[in-house]
Amino acid sequence: MLKIKNYVKAESLAQAYELNQKKNAIVLGGMVWLKMGNRNIVTAIDLSGLGLDSITETDEEFVIGCMTSLHAIETHKALNEYTGGAVRESVRHIVGVQFRNCATVGGSIFGRFGFSDVLTMFLAMDTWVELYDRGRIPLTEFVLMEKDNDILVNVIVKKTPLNTVYLSQRNNSTDFPVLTCAVSLIDGEARTVIGARPGKAIVVEDKEGILKGFSEKDPREKKEAAASFAAYAAEQVVTDKNMRASKEYRTLLVKILTRRAWEEIGGRES
Amino acid sequence: MNITFWLNGKKKQAEVEPSELLLDFLRKNSCYSVKRGCETANCGLCTVLMDGRPVLSCSMLAARADGKKIVTLEGMQDEAKEFGAFMANEGSEQCGFCNPGFIMNVFAMLQELEDPTEDEIREYLSGNLCRCSGFVGQTRSILKFLDYKKRQEEGK
Repeated sequence: MLKIKNYVKAESLAQAYELNQKKNAIVLGGMVWLKMGNRNIVTAIDLSGLGLDSITETDEEFVIGCMTSLHAIETHKALNEYTGGAVRESVRHIVGVQFRNCATVGGSIFGRFGFSDVLTMFLAMDTWVELYDRGRIPLTEFVLMEKDNDILVNVIVKKTPLNTVYLSQRNNSTDFPVLTCAVSLIDGEARTVIGARPGKAIVVEDKEGILKGFSEKDPREKKEAAASFAAYAAEQVVTDKNMRASKEYRTLLVKILTRRAWEEIGGRES
Repeated sequence: MNITFWLNGKKKQAEVEPSELLLDFLRKNSCYSVKRGCETANCGLCTVLMDGRPVLSCSMLAARADGKKIVTLEGMQDEAKEFGAFMANEGSEQCGFCNPGFIMNVFAMLQELEDPTEDEIREYLSGNLCRCSGFVGQTRSILKFLDYKKRQEEGK
């Protein structure tokens, strides 16, 4: 069971940051994951009174407050227009609406959970995180960092020209994913992200340049590049087994989902 | 700590423990429609409305209800009776344990979605598990209820 000694509704980010430097302090997200564990927390810091639960759109970016719910990004019109509905697709299979009204974007991203659909999706965009102490850094950098006592304030998605597709495989609808896959052309540059390996999501480096100049390829070349990169990804991405799937099955899924996602992008581009 | 909140339209003050979950707190306040079905934030039986939005009270600290409007099935008796009749007529009510959470999410759906399709209904309610049935009766009852409401509107 989750035990909390002190609950503090933070009055400022400075106060929250200071409290979070102590041992056994934790910043609360939506608590849907946290409450499942056995933890003794001395200080639970609640950011829900700081107005960080909404999405602000400017000409250049979407600023998503850390306390924004997954259902809010699922139903945000402009964000889904920008991503061709990929953001909605990435969260709509997560349990149910009630769950997604609790779970937060900040909790999902800060936790850097292996099973995270959200982390996979956001890694496939020009995403930055705004940390209270460290400031803005790219999500691709943040995902590799160890968890520390900083506070994730906002998740920023820059409106760089984007063509993206999100796919996931689940044994049962609404269950944890067995594999997640997000691919995108970010201002023409190809990016492939695989998550729920079951380790946390990673960007698959295209070291052989298989997807280079993808937009300029003709339909047949696109199809070939998709198949070729899918095979390459299956070799590169480290997978493992857990109670939901074997390592071999996951590697098979890396190949299939990567190919399907790139074929989808290719179909849109031509 | 002390919280001020609205429970089914009535303003209340209460003392809550830091670890106390909204589900346990509501049951302590005689809202026995709110049930714990799974312990893994999956079944939807504990669904209540917080400021009009459906949330899992099993995963929500009671402290977070401070300043919020909480509605449970106890506060929606007339609406529940009206919709419940459709469920009964379609035979979708079996043991009844999942029913309050299900009905709360149906009400939330009716607030959020305009004229939902069958697929949209299934998707919105996928976080409400029923272990007696295959959800077919429930879907039928919702479609008939929507049809009834539409005709009621047109008749005005």
